[in-house]
Amino acid sequence: MADTSDPGDPPPPGGTAVETATETEARRRWMAALARAPRAHLESAWRDLLDPAPPVTPLRPAEIGTAMVQARAGGTGARFHLGEMTVTRCSVTVPARDGTPLVGHAYVAGRDRRHADLAARFDALMQDPARRDALESALIAPLLEDQAAARRGTRQRAAASRVDFFTLMRGD
Amino acid sequence: MYVAVKGGEAAIDAAHRDLAALRRGDAAVPALTVAQIREQMGLAVARVMAEGSLYDPDLAALAIKQAWGDVPEAIFLLRAYRTTLPRLATTAPIDTTRMVVRRRVSATFKDLPGGQVLGPTFDYTHRLLDFALAAEGETEPEAPPAADQPLDETLPRVADILGDEGLIEPEQPPADDGAGPVGDLTRDPVTYPADRDIRLQALARGDEGFLLSLAYSTQRGHGGNHPFAGEIRMGEVEVEIVPEELGFPVSIGDITVSECQMINQFKGSKAVPPQFTRGYGLTLGYNERKVMAMALVDRALRHRELDEEATAPAQDDEFVLSHADVVEASGFVQHLKLPHYVDFQAELDLVRRLRRAADSDETAGEPPQEDT
Repeated sequence: MADTSDPGDPPPPGGTAVETATETEARRRWMAALARAPRAHLESAWRDLLDPAPPVTPLRPAEIGTAMVQARAGGTGARFHLGEMTVTRCSVTVPARDGTPLVGHAYVAGRDRRHADLAARFDALMQDPARRDALESALIAPLLEDQAAARRGTRQRAAASRVDFFTLMRGD
Repeated sequence: MYVAVKGGEAAIDAAHRDLAALRRGDAAVPALTVAQIREQMGLAVARVMAEGSLYDPDLAALAIKQAWGDVPEAIFLLRAYRTTLPRLATTAPIDTTRMVVRRRVSATFKDLPGGQVLGPTFDYTHRLLDFALAAEGETEPEAPPAADQPLDETLPRVADILGDEGLIEPEQPPADDGAGPVGDLTRDPVTYPADRDIRLQALARGDEGFLLSLAYSTQRGHGGNHPFAGEIRMGEVEVEIVPEELGFPVSIGDITVSECQMINQFKGSKAVPPQFTRGYGLTLGYNERKVMAMALVDRALRHRELDEEATAPAQDDEFVLSHADVVEASGFVQHLKLPHYVDFQAELDLVRRLRRAADSDETAGEPPQEDT
């Protein structure tokens, strides 16, 4: 995925452009994991991994809406609108260990408000350097492994129905 | 003149209760759950999502249950629900080369890279009723086999194989990709001639039956274009949006889509050498018949840009696009059953006057001929 920061921009406060890009990639990675997580998994993580659970301030309560899905003519050509999908977004503020307020966002396919709420909370917590490593190993990495395993399983089942066609030679 | 009709509330209420009871069926038979419909009537769910133009398997399953299994009615319900939701985002264009492929076949290349992958298909079934499915205590099907080696994470498009030789028209984004507007028929009325973005959007949500018949008509010579199924694929694609508050792409989940690339002969024109051309089909959900039909109709509608003569209904964008929507078509046909009492009284009066006038002409002129 393209780096969205312009190399011509001055480095933002607190880091170089490269660090910001790396931080953005890291955040994209955990947000993708959280968006695909089973809600029950996030519920138990919120209950069990945080001691105690930090206070959560809603910034934008979970809201159900749609996203218009774009595709390309022929797969590679000009854009067109394929149709919409349901999506739920939520934004919250959660304090870091040192008290700094952290803003978490979530955009999750479907209509599960609680899922979006929990995903936004963990997006905030993952921005806390004091919590990130623990959450990465207990939550994010296992989620990504499960999701990759599911994709691999689908590709393995599909591969089992791969055909080896052969053309009968005609004797002349 | 319209005269408001009042009354009938009790009758309407009774009719709706009758519908609810018949929809439920025999109370001795357990009620279907929405989850059962979602999991076990997946192709009906896919069609409702595609033509309802809203990807949400739970909502589509609920609509099918509420609609008593009537797919166009379920599509109507989903469309109506959609209008209650705010549009929060437009996604980045989905990338079907990175699809987690469940099925992918080509009728043009036997040995295409990545292979022919049959996946879940009715092809090669014998179309004999399977009474085992009707038996009490139906046994669970065996788990499908899994190969040790999974499919590749990206599978090249068949069209790219021809593209490498320059034998097929290129399909490139325009120079202003991402900057120029993309047509949206849910926001602006369609004008004709319609551009391809609008045509593809209308076809993607168009009625499968109508598009199937039009596609069939092109095969039978009405705007025909000698198609080959270059590639059909189905599976899950990642969806990304760029939220304003973040400014970078965020993955929100995966959706199932079906895609068909038709490859068609093209004799060439003054400006273009002989080559293959494309027709494209894409839908939300697994709708193989629909994407194949869509690809044929898309190609037929491209006659203007390919400088072909338009002679058939499938090539007429106004005809195709104005009649492809099942909610509009169903609504306009079915509105005829609503009260037209005043209209009809006026027509009845007119016919009576014409009849009287005709009768008086006959008595004034020649004697009426006897019926034979």
